[in-house]
Amino acid sequence: MNVSLILIILLVGAFATYVVGDKLASKVALFFSLAALGCSVVLLNHFLAGENISLINAWITQPKISFALNADGLAIAMLLLTVALTPIIIFSSFGNEYKIAKAFYALILFMAFAMTGTFLAADGLLYYIFWELALIPIYFIALIWGNGDAEERRKAVVKFFIYTLAGSLFMLIAFIYLYQKAGSFLIDDLYKLNLSATEQLWIFLAFFLAYAIKIPIIPFHTWQANVYQKAPTVGTMLLSGIMLKMGLYSVIRWQLPIAPLAAKEYMNIFIALGIAGVIYGSIVAIRQKDLKKLLAYSSLAHVGLIAAGTYTLTIDGLRGAVLQMIAHGFVVVGLFFAAEIIFKRFATREISEMGGIRIQSPKFTSMFLILVLASVALPSTFNFVGEFTVLYSLSQINIWFAVLGGTTIILGAYYMLKMFQNVMLGEANTKTFSDVTINEGISLVAIIAVLLFFGFYPKPITDLITPSLETILNVINKN
Amino acid sequence: MNTLIAITGLGIFCLLFEILNLTKAIVPITILGLLGVLALNFSEFGATESYYNNMITVSRFSTAFSSLFIILTIFLVALSHNFYENHPTKISDFVAIKIFLLAGGVAMVSFGNLAMFFLGIEVLSIALYVLAASERLNLKSNEAGMKYFLMGSFASGIILFGICLIYGAMGSFDVAEISENSLSAELPIWFPIGMVLMVIGMLFKVAAVPFHFWAPDVYEGSPALTTALMSTLAKVIAIATLYKLVSALNLIPSLENQDLLGTFQTIIVVISMASMTIGNIMALRQTNVKRMLAFSGISHAGFMLMTLLSISTSAGVLLYYTSAYALAGIASFSVILYVCKNQDNEDITNFHGLGKTNPLLAAILTGSLLSMAGIPIFSGFFAKLFLFNQTIEAGHLALVIVAVINSIISVGYYFKLILAMYSKEPNEERKGKPVLIYAVAVISIVLNIALGLFPSLVVDLLN
Repeated sequence: MNVSLILIILLVGAFATYVVGDKLASKVALFFSLAALGCSVVLLNHFLAGENISLINAWITQPKISFALNADGLAIAMLLLTVALTPIIIFSSFGNEYKIAKAFYALILFMAFAMTGTFLAADGLLYYIFWELALIPIYFIALIWGNGDAEERRKAVVKFFIYTLAGSLFMLIAFIYLYQKAGSFLIDDLYKLNLSATEQLWIFLAFFLAYAIKIPIIPFHTWQANVYQKAPTVGTMLLSGIMLKMGLYSVIRWQLPIAPLAAKEYMNIFIALGIAGVIYGSIVAIRQKDLKKLLAYSSLAHVGLIAAGTYTLTIDGLRGAVLQMIAHGFVVVGLFFAAEIIFKRFATREISEMGGIRIQSPKFTSMFLILVLASVALPSTFNFVGEFTVLYSLSQINIWFAVLGGTTIILGAYYMLKMFQNVMLGEANTKTFSDVTINEGISLVAIIAVLLFFGFYPKPITDLITPSLETILNVINKN
Repeated sequence: MNTLIAITGLGIFCLLFEILNLTKAIVPITILGLLGVLALNFSEFGATESYYNNMITVSRFSTAFSSLFIILTIFLVALSHNFYENHPTKISDFVAIKIFLLAGGVAMVSFGNLAMFFLGIEVLSIALYVLAASERLNLKSNEAGMKYFLMGSFASGIILFGICLIYGAMGSFDVAEISENSLSAELPIWFPIGMVLMVIGMLFKVAAVPFHFWAPDVYEGSPALTTALMSTLAKVIAIATLYKLVSALNLIPSLENQDLLGTFQTIIVVISMASMTIGNIMALRQTNVKRMLAFSGISHAGFMLMTLLSISTSAGVLLYYTSAYALAGIASFSVILYVCKNQDNEDITNFHGLGKTNPLLAAILTGSLLSMAGIPIFSGFFAKLFLFNQTIEAGHLALVIVAVINSIISVGYYFKLILAMYSKEPNEERKGKPVLIYAVAVISIVLNIALGLFPSLVVDLLN
């Protein structure tokens, strides 16, 4: 039994969803995503029992490309994030009517397939293929099922596509260059390469372009807010919950160990870019009137901090970054889902037109409050664990980084609580807000349960990821 | 050799169909015949033999490319059925001309003598002139045929002049003899001049910048099926012939002996960069889909020329690139033929809302455009990957970076068409489901994806 099983389930699921037709599509998609989750948990047990669940097969002879999937703790953690969020995302869309639902759900599963592949791939080219494949479904999801003016949406989505493709093509050149040196795309062979400082710098920059656009890091973020706003909520969740983690994960997995010298030499610049994202995202978020856009900018701030954490090259920084990636994945999906719930009832995303929800639906209000508090990293939530570890690692590099990075908590608390106040509190709204349905409740409770559980007890995840992060750090520090 | 004879026989057979009044059966029978030829061609694979005093040399290279040409011709003949529905009396002529064109193409990749090479190129060109002008009552088609004929015959003249200079230098038309003598240190200056003239003539056929000016007008004016043929089969034949010409005459080592290799490579790099960039930038501005694909074809010619920089190892890559490009081209043109049937132009507006009215064909067109743009898992991606890999290995990193920037630009116009299909409202209903068009579209895109999943099948044929 190995990890390719998950990929097969998701791919077969995508086809099956398309074949069964519009009526059953959502249920079939949910079934397959749950099956993938179940299998992943089984695989996790096999892995914890010390079994080898990786896979390597020859694929293309000339140039030598292998179908290699590597499941270490880090990859499994990201795999679990993907397969846990996918059913939640699919389930959250129940009750919405989508035109051509079969294609919609098939694309979601296909995207989950590609993202899972990205996290698992241990061959540079295979990784690149999955990385690019993940772009196609989200392009169509945002284009066909998005909201707002069609012309503006088209512009936003095409910009997003061309940006990300442009970034990743330079990564492709870097991979080809590495292949010429190593004679193989396998990650272990690439780790062993001894590249000169100049070569490392160029390769680092080529990777950086791809990842900085995907994450996004300032100044490559300009596509983000528009796409988050225009995409359907499911698309936004996929993008912010999982897809941008592809970029952060790749920094740890590919960029830092392959070009460690450049990473060390220019560490301060890249940490500073990450921190700049924190401050910029927070300040812009304060001024947003559109709920989805506010969440988009807050997401920009949080991932900026995660990126800064990865570039510290310390075990705490990496560990905190990975923990925060997972925590942020859950919390941002929850927040966007809450925004969707409000939109369904009020038919608006303008914060000024909301308010007075607490009186009508205290249950939803408390769930929303927990998500907001988790997002600002209140102690006892999962996000606190991640954010605190990252800030600690930043303080080891330079105390000012930690101080500036800490603004994410202060400013975050300000705009999130202000948003909460305007959206939920206040006088009763003239519009009625019907209470959350059971389906919506299940998704929200599942997310909150994860956030609180790992907030109190992050040890299982820490234990899972630490050994592989240490291995990567050893590669970084070998010379 | 047997392939060539069989193809010519099939062509003559096609002409007889009209006399026997069997025009209705012509498409299926020709396809069966071509499948037979394909099998025959496969049976010759692997052997290297010369026939008729070296007039024809059958090698792995020639059989592999001939197979590709035959497969493409099968698709094009299958598309003829629907396309010539309105003129049933002429169909046997048109099919026969396509078969003769194929014979010309096969001769061009298996020549062993420059006379045979020239014969092949003329058979191919004359067939193309006729097809370009085949809509007798359409002014644009006439213009296209005339333009193509004038420019094409000029290029043929240049090639012929090049052949003469080479004869003057070597005293022979025989490829084996020329390639042997071309390695000697003392060569008259007109050998490289003759080679340059021949390469220029072939670059014209390939439609590389700066010899591309005929392409957009001819592509736009010709009947859509002829455009499909020009942009897939004819382009593939031309680039394969250029490759064979440069490699079979030992041009690279000969230039190296005379210290001209650097210049030659610089020229190829410049032409390749110019073709990609100008083709792509012009394509961005087009609203006519045929014109857009003409410019996209120019940029792809630029990519394919990159194989000339590492000629000793890149035959497999060229075969793979041309297969990927031509299969994507066939798939997209079969959708264009369906959409633009009975329309007086091929404007992008015709494609509005195709995603709603005909999701299958829209998906196929999307797939083929993604393949041309180089998105995995379509074979176009691997074609570009292998090409970039070869070119970086040959030490031309700058060219690869230009190529990558061009890949990004090309997304702009390929996605214009995709956007039109999915984000605009449909403006008309189309009736009828022409089986053959659907079959060709589905089979070619499936082959394209299959090549993407198992690239070694093709690349390893020639390595």
